[in-house]
Amino acid sequence: MRRAFGLPAATAATAALALLTLGSCATGDRAPLAGLEAPPAPRAFDAALVKRGEALAAIGNCRTCHTAAVGRAFAGGLPLETPFGTIYSTNITPDPQTGIGRWSEEAFRRAMREGVDRGGHHLYPAFPYDRFTLVTDEDDRAIYAYLMTRPPVESRPPANRIRFPFNVRAFIGAWKALYFKPGPYRADPAHDAAWNRGAYLAEGLGHCSSCHTPRNALGAERADRHFDGGEAEGWHAYAINARSNAPVPWTVDALRAYLQRGWHPQHGVSRGPMAPVTHELAMANDADVRDMARYVVALMDGRRGPAAERAAQAPGDGSAGARLYESACVQCHDGARPLPFGGIPLARSIGVAGESPRNLANVILYGLPAADAATAPIMPGYAGAMTDAQVVGLSRWMRARLTDKPPWEDLERVVAQARRAGPEGAQSVAGGAGLDPARMGDSR
Amino acid sequence: MSGRIEVNGTWRDVSSEPDTPLLYVLRDELALNGAKYGCGLGQCGACTVLVDDEAVFSCVTPLAMVEGRRITTLEGLGSAASPGPIQQAFIEEQAAQCGFCIPGMIMRTAALLRKEAHPGEAEIRKALHPNLCRCGTHMRILRAAVKAAKA
Repeated sequence: MRRAFGLPAATAATAALALLTLGSCATGDRAPLAGLEAPPAPRAFDAALVKRGEALAAIGNCRTCHTAAVGRAFAGGLPLETPFGTIYSTNITPDPQTGIGRWSEEAFRRAMREGVDRGGHHLYPAFPYDRFTLVTDEDDRAIYAYLMTRPPVESRPPANRIRFPFNVRAFIGAWKALYFKPGPYRADPAHDAAWNRGAYLAEGLGHCSSCHTPRNALGAERADRHFDGGEAEGWHAYAINARSNAPVPWTVDALRAYLQRGWHPQHGVSRGPMAPVTHELAMANDADVRDMARYVVALMDGRRGPAAERAAQAPGDGSAGARLYESACVQCHDGARPLPFGGIPLARSIGVAGESPRNLANVILYGLPAADAATAPIMPGYAGAMTDAQVVGLSRWMRARLTDKPPWEDLERVVAQARRAGPEGAQSVAGGAGLDPARMGDSR
Repeated sequence: MSGRIEVNGTWRDVSSEPDTPLLYVLRDELALNGAKYGCGLGQCGACTVLVDDEAVFSCVTPLAMVEGRRITTLEGLGSAASPGPIQQAFIEEQAAQCGFCIPGMIMRTAALLRKEAHPGEAEIRKALHPNLCRCGTHMRILRAAVKAAKA
């Protein structure tokens, strides 16, 4: 189960009713587009175009949402839990009955650009068309070619379970009228081509802000807080702008390596919903990842954290937190062991320095589970051995001793929340789709 | 340095350093050799014991973390002469080949049964997931756990 848009449902419902009232002038459905007689033959697509589409689909992270936990690649059916109900991802293999086999390129492009399906019905913005709208016709063509050459899978995802009033079609139309600005990316002439390429990919297809920007009561990104940090599936997505709390400032090379490998010796590992993102980005074009890294690092520029070596000297003070840190954490987190047997010194960890303690709580409780068929960092979880009070004490101590940040105000609540949420979020991480060809959608 | 833990119903004073893994305290200081040293990284489950009623990897759990808490080891579930119901089920199904993982499998099963008296097979599989067996006796282990869950 995936969770998104961590908002109180009651707030959202109230706001939605107001919006429905207001949205009586909502935009209606769009015209249906004719279906293809049959899916185009794979050989109808140019091989180079398909290859380009594969690299772009990796940036779009299509596979992660459109593949169920036990399922074939791109066949959909993964539940996404939102305050508005549960939405199941659709089948985007070229199966004519249950997938997009009868979708023309025009229908595909329209879905990406305008957020409507082939029949002209509004799509829920769980499909991030508010971001994909920036994608150029040319890149949509390549992604279409890639998807239409995947093995077709006959599989109908379960029906969405959306609560009233969000299940009313006009609601999505009203939502779009308020929050959705369609149109492809327009280059900023004040910046060079590489910056624009990075911005185009990070803001559009990469849809970084879908997680890294906080959302309002109706699940729309708050434009005034772009990249300030948001929530995704029980994890915090850190601020990736000038508000970044990264203890070690990111460089372009470091971020590029992190995005491609899922870890960096100075920054640690990607985890939670970021793990499949980096797993996918390993398949993207190096130049594209570099340009995205350059764009995001430019936004974070000027950030300087506390001295990274504070940890090494952190002396014990006899408190319960210090005792736990010294007896449980430091043996692996002393920086002397290589991955996967050692972690970074915790003074370098954004888990300790970040704006929310949620990820730290998740990792202390549930660890980093070993990945299937992939080499990945591991950490045992302490949910069984540690009480909430111990997790709070340890986290508070690390925050005070290893960072120059103020104490977290909501630490107790967040730890209890992480405990209630259980280990599912942690278990779906590391390794992404793994190496199983069926889950990769590889027809070779 | 000393600490106090309740082991299998008896309070014990132990003198190990606070960063000593619970596994070493149990085996080296208290001569309770049921829990096994497998990987030492909390990745295989051979060292599983209960802290309160939760299954934990004792090889990565320092003494300082569990002072004053209630520990249950394999020895706390029964003896060779008088095995407990879960142990009896593992014997009847002959679930062991080399047997090294079995204490952990039994303790993981015990933790599940303390939460849920009659779990189904899917729940058992999920609960035993953290524990590894290298001999390949998984189906027998599963049968034993299912038997224990029905008892």
